[in-house]
Amino acid sequence: MDVFDIIGPVMIGPSSSHTAGACRLGRVANKLMDGRTPSRCDIILSGSFSRTGRGHGTDRAIVGGIMGFETDDTRIRDALDIAKEEGIEINFIHQDIPNAHPNTARITYYLPDGRSGFMQGASVGGGNIRIDIINGMEVKFSGDKETILVLHRDVPGVIANVTNLMHLMYSDINIGAFQLSRREKGGEALMTIEADSVPPEKITADIRQTPDVLNCLLIHKI
Amino acid sequence: MLKYDSIAELVEAAKKQKMKISEMVLADQAAAAEADPQTIYTRMERSFDVMCEAVESGSAKDQVSMSGLTGGEGYHMFDYAKRTGGGLSGSFMTGAMARALSVAGCNASMGRIVASPTAGSCGILPGCLVSLYKEGRAEKRDIVMSMFTSGAFGMVIAKNASIAGATGGCQAECGSASGMAAAALVELMGGSPDMCADALAIAIANQLGLACDPVAGLVEIPCIKRNVSGIMIAFSSADMVLAGIRAYIPADECISAMQSVGDMMNSALKETAGGGLAATPTGRKLKERVFGAEE
Repeated sequence: MDVFDIIGPVMIGPSSSHTAGACRLGRVANKLMDGRTPSRCDIILSGSFSRTGRGHGTDRAIVGGIMGFETDDTRIRDALDIAKEEGIEINFIHQDIPNAHPNTARITYYLPDGRSGFMQGASVGGGNIRIDIINGMEVKFSGDKETILVLHRDVPGVIANVTNLMHLMYSDINIGAFQLSRREKGGEALMTIEADSVPPEKITADIRQTPDVLNCLLIHKI
Repeated sequence: MLKYDSIAELVEAAKKQKMKISEMVLADQAAAAEADPQTIYTRMERSFDVMCEAVESGSAKDQVSMSGLTGGEGYHMFDYAKRTGGGLSGSFMTGAMARALSVAGCNASMGRIVASPTAGSCGILPGCLVSLYKEGRAEKRDIVMSMFTSGAFGMVIAKNASIAGATGGCQAECGSASGMAAAALVELMGGSPDMCADALAIAIANQLGLACDPVAGLVEIPCIKRNVSGIMIAFSSADMVLAGIRAYIPADECISAMQSVGDMMNSALKETAGGGLAATPTGRKLKERVFGAEE
């Protein structure tokens, strides 16, 4: 904690959890799309996001985040109109997701090249977020740190190969947190690696070269 | 390195180093971030600039909140202050009230604000500090510096109690903001570190038990006007201390008391919109107006 956690953040109101946190959830989707403009987004608002979101501008904040707006960007207020101008079809679905945190959103995006993906996360207070699911994989990260996601086959040696590669090629990058999740044994698995410093973009291409790695994403601090 | 574990720690360290709390905190924060003090100062200056902009944008005649429940409070207060030459409380205080209302209104209408410490209480620091600046009572550099004292005291509160309405009620948001502002005011008027701590103590003591009971769960009613009561308590606490009146209960004990009062509060009074003003017949009716009847 530092003084800017108390005098700050600079943000668009009215609520750190319903507005600033919502925007940051949208920004995670923006990072997953590599900052590209989607043709369509379906957004499920669950719990308190659904019930009081309208008065807090939660919908505008999420859409602003999807377009890459920062939490202090005054365009957030007009984000729904801007999305329309950009040709993004936005569908809001009010539906309670079972066992989810009260302020949860699920964003499914469709890119013009036909690819799609989804993420689910929660705004957990004070503008902080927690990402729970990416493309069906359970994850758990806050976006406060540089996060590397590695999708891979669940076979022996992949974790050692990836972390060795990081150590050998990027020795100044320290891993602050590491989590592995998988849907079933021998299927696909996901590593969530939080780094203490900013990894170069090239790290994802290098990790993708590792045997049995299917994809790698770098999500910069949100 | 400072630990920010208690107000007493900060006061003692500042006295030992013969520095203002703000100067000591700026140096410490720069060291902790391995940054140049000027960089840290500039970041705080940017926050103060955003506060000034929020006063401007929130005082527009047509300012209206996202829900449509509130709007124009800042405009009306500025207009009244001008028309009447300061109303009942004098032009300085009515101006300060107008600024607090404007920033809180800016927040409710999705404008840009500085959470200080929270979005709900974002009008209190600007209501006090932008007023000193605009009325020529303090230099910008000193005002920006005083925000490091506010921030450091806020860190102690966040550690030992809470700054979230959902955890500690409104006393944790507006109470904390008011105490932080009171300490900055005292430092700006030349008060000692001990006096800054006393101002924080008095402001917190005067808001103990304040419920967080937002109508329809929105940061509007009563939050916008609570920012005005927050500045009144900040100014009066600072003035009492500057007049030589001591806080009988030390700041750290007031913070502990706020924590224990928060723990004793029913959850209906902690941002859930289940009690207090939110649960009044009119509060419920206003909620229906925004969100429709409960299914």
